Amino acid sequence: MTDRALAVVRAGALTTVQDAGRPGHAHLGVPRSGALDRPAAGLANRLAGNPPGTAVLETTLDGCAVRPRSTVTVAVTGASCPVTVDGRPAAWGAPVRVPGGALLDVGPAVSGLRAYVAVSGGIAVEPVLGSRSTDLLSGLGPPPLAAGTVLPLGRPAGVHARVDVAPQPAPPAELVLRVTLGPRDGWFTPEAVRAFVSRPYRVSSASNRIGLRTEGPALERAWPGELASEGMVLGAVQVPPDGRPVVFLADHPTTGGYPVIAVVRAADLPAAAQAVPGTPVRFVAVRRR
Amino acid sequence: MKVLPVGEDALLVEVSSGDEAQALHAELLRRRADGTLSVREIVPAARTVLLDGLDAPARLAAELTAADLPAAPPRAGDVVEIAVRYDGPDLAEVAAHWGVPVREVARIHSGTEFRVAFCGFAPGFGYLTGLPPRYDVPRRATPRTAVPAGSVALAGPYTGVYPRSSPGGWQLIGTTDAVLWDHARVPAALLSPGTPVRFVPEAGS
Repeated sequence: MTDRALAVVRAGALTTVQDAGRPGHAHLGVPRSGALDRPAAGLANRLAGNPPGTAVLETTLDGCAVRPRSTVTVAVTGASCPVTVDGRPAAWGAPVRVPGGALLDVGPAVSGLRAYVAVSGGIAVEPVLGSRSTDLLSGLGPPPLAAGTVLPLGRPAGVHARVDVAPQPAPPAELVLRVTLGPRDGWFTPEAVRAFVSRPYRVSSASNRIGLRTEGPALERAWPGELASEGMVLGAVQVPPDGRPVVFLADHPTTGGYPVIAVVRAADLPAAAQAVPGTPVRFVAVRRR
Repeated sequence: MKVLPVGEDALLVEVSSGDEAQALHAELLRRRADGTLSVREIVPAARTVLLDGLDAPARLAAELTAADLPAAPPRAGDVVEIAVRYDGPDLAEVAAHWGVPVREVARIHSGTEFRVAFCGFAPGFGYLTGLPPRYDVPRRATPRTAVPAGSVALAGPYTGVYPRSSPGGWQLIGTTDAVLWDHARVPAALLSPGTPVRFVPEAGS
């Protein structure tokens, strides 16, 4: 192994490698995967001097700690959290130089849920179908990080970031998700559709990269029939038999048999990726543009 | 045919049968290949085709609604042959559902020309149609927690082959050594939508 590598010291609750994912293979049952908070991952890459779509680390709630074998530039974005290098405080949301052998610790999220750690050169694990992303539904891509894992790094692009610090949206106190109704809103009673777009929900702790699960009023179906499996999109709000809406995130199944009452606008999904369990959720119906 | 908008840039095209869905899927692939359709994903399913990542979904919706689409899929390409040992633990149950002796299950199944209607559930898992409706079987009342990779299985109107070990509720009729999914291979999936498939009994099974 060359010294272009990163040793995992503390893996955290769930840290995965993510890039732009592997869209274009849904017809084979392959989820798109990729970073859930795309803008945060993109910003981390810009700050670390990487081209867009370079593979980064996506942490969940409690960060991670890694030790690069050679000097690298890193940037931590997304969930705000303490960052230290060999125990000394370092900047969050800005380029940080980490000497070879030093310990970069990305601490527990102070607000938000998922932090993104870009390293100059990018995480260079072997791509699968054109992507290095870990797909938790189908198991494609590298497994989640474990202490002792050594991740290869690519060669730095040699681009220096033009920004030192960049503004980032604060995680939502209330997650407002704009939705366009359909394609299967007709499978629900009119009262259920009204409840869906007017009553408060909360982010459930059962949420993951596959879906943002919610707690709140159960949505009643207009009839008990079974829907034949059909293609699913990112942001689809599927309603399983328990009646609680699930918003499909990047690792969602490519086909499904529960009716989709609405689809969340793509622009609102990065905020969904940062909403911790318990966050109030409101679905707001908007017209299709 | 019904065209339902899905979010901002996708359409779900609903037709009345699996055959029509396969025909529509073939037609949409043809349009993408000749450059008249720009779309990120074309995902066929039981009675729908999803078009995801469209530039102008409303225009395409109007056009599809007005279009005269073929009702049957075109003749497909080369048949993929899958060697099977008909030794599954649910053979007797399937034979009972079909009302035939156990040994007839292999003969009927291997005498059928299948076609991959769509994929899903796991990378490389195809839902194959071809058996007449009288051979539909229910899922098992209690799913197995682990179905071995290579299991050839039936549920509803479909035949499928498990690409890897996973939980599953389908009725297991046989086993194959064929590799359904290998991401280091090109193409990674042995079966993709539209592929014709035949199951060939292995000697001694």
